[in-house]
Amino acid sequence: MNNNRSLFLLSALVLGFAFLYIPILSVIVYSFNESKLVTVWGGFSTHWYGVLLDDRQMLEGLWLSLRIATVTATGAVIVGTLAGLVLARFGRFRGRTLLSGMVTAPLVMPDVITGLSLLLLFVALAPLPLAPDQRGFSTIAIAHITLTLSYVAVVVQSRLATMDESLEEAAMDLGAKPAKVFMAITLPIIAPAIVSGWLLAFTLSLDDLVIASFTAGPSTNTLPMMIFSKVRLGVTPEINALATLMVSVVAVFVIGAGILMSRQEKARKRDVQMAQAIDST
Amino acid sequence: MKLGGRSLVIGIPWLWLFFFFLIPFVIVLKISFAETQLAVPPYTPLLQWTQDQYLQLRLNMGNFLFLLKDSLYLEAFLSSLKVAGVSTILCLLIGYPMSYAIARSNAAWRNILLLMIILPFWTSFLVRVYAWIGLLRNNGLINNALLALGVIDEPIVMMNTDFAMYIGIVYSYLPFMILPLYSNLEKHDNTLLEAAVDLGSKPFRAFLQITLPLSMPGVIAGSMLVFIPAVGEFVIPRLLGGTDSLMIGRVLWDEFFSNRDWPVASAVAICLLLVLVLPIILFQRFQMQEAGGSAKRA
Repeated sequence: MNNNRSLFLLSALVLGFAFLYIPILSVIVYSFNESKLVTVWGGFSTHWYGVLLDDRQMLEGLWLSLRIATVTATGAVIVGTLAGLVLARFGRFRGRTLLSGMVTAPLVMPDVITGLSLLLLFVALAPLPLAPDQRGFSTIAIAHITLTLSYVAVVVQSRLATMDESLEEAAMDLGAKPAKVFMAITLPIIAPAIVSGWLLAFTLSLDDLVIASFTAGPSTNTLPMMIFSKVRLGVTPEINALATLMVSVVAVFVIGAGILMSRQEKARKRDVQMAQAIDST
Repeated sequence: MKLGGRSLVIGIPWLWLFFFFLIPFVIVLKISFAETQLAVPPYTPLLQWTQDQYLQLRLNMGNFLFLLKDSLYLEAFLSSLKVAGVSTILCLLIGYPMSYAIARSNAAWRNILLLMIILPFWTSFLVRVYAWIGLLRNNGLINNALLALGVIDEPIVMMNTDFAMYIGIVYSYLPFMILPLYSNLEKHDNTLLEAAVDLGSKPFRAFLQITLPLSMPGVIAGSMLVFIPAVGEFVIPRLLGGTDSLMIGRVLWDEFFSNRDWPVASAVAICLLLVLVLPIILFQRFQMQEAGGSAKRA
């Protein structure tokens, strides 16, 4: 009985991971295919990487998307961290329920709704003096910050929820001002959450097609828009090469960050244990 | 001074979301009552000064009546709900055993497996959907493999079908099901299960009576994280589904970009929002409980 169960769970894992990874692996393998016919293996070649690097439009799209993602991630981390802090540590205040609703709703809101509503806002604002005069970089970045700050807030909030409040309280009791407590104690504690929030916002922004399509002006082409217009016409080996590059960069980043964070977490736990050991003697 | 700082910290995220998340919905609602016109922007204002200096409010119900009259929209709504519902169940059937297996594995493996769940989630969604085109096409990898093995004589048509669309949705949203399920299952107290087995319960019965009810918050969170965005999904139906696949996200996109009918697109968005309000509230209630619960535990 017990053996049957383990076998079932093991096969669920193996099949599940095969389902998740086979498509990605197939793209990587075929990116090195010499042949233009995507399904025929024509020998190993890095030809399509060369084609990709010569594609000016694609590179311009990538550069634009990277800049938008950087601005988005930074903005989302600032606003999102404040939101997470407020929800986790500020207790009751007027408008708390509304704030927490506005933080969680974007996590599930279909992109077409968010995109359309933000575009209509920008159009309605256009005649006003302070509004961006043309849709493009700034409107996409504002839309992306609105979308991604929720993710940052949730990550920061759950990190704060697992942390002991007594450190902050002790600092307050000892006379530190709230801003000082935040900089000296809270910020270092939530630093890992802020880093993963930044990376999450960055990738979400880099990846978004729908909201960017709604909020971009006619002459703005982000990388996902370029990919989408190529993919709509069918499979192109150039996209395989691009996909492989993106997957490799992400894998290196995520695995590196994972190792770094688990090390820091271990060090932190060790410190806590040592402190407790000293405390009990 | 302290009060000022506190209000400022609350005020920044509150105002940002109020202005860029809530107000836009009011504008969508407003434009859903407008009429199209050939102008920039392409819709009529609701409030107008008449010639004799009266402020006139014109609410045009025409867009909503149009959605009711043309069966295309109702069908698109129903089929989106069906596709999202079936995809959610499929994600649950695949994701639950996986989450359970990860939660039960030893600590060293658990982190690696979890990282492997998260990794595809970090790579481009568009690229992952694109990858399936290469696998599912008539001369794609799956058909070629089956032909070579002699299982089939002719390629199976999989691209641009509902089958491909389901695969794409389940594939893209599976991590959203697994992560909340895992974080729920991981917290379970094993002593309950051991007690049940000690008292003579069969493992499967113990699972049904203890683990499954305890994991319901995770099931609900995961299901809502899959179901709600899947109802409005645009990219997957567009790239993998057939030309006749009726998904409401696609209908909204076409009304906006192809027909340039902003008022009808807004009306579709308002209806979609009304359909999704209940699931969204359910999701939020769970999120708040979870945040409040873990705060209490700490």
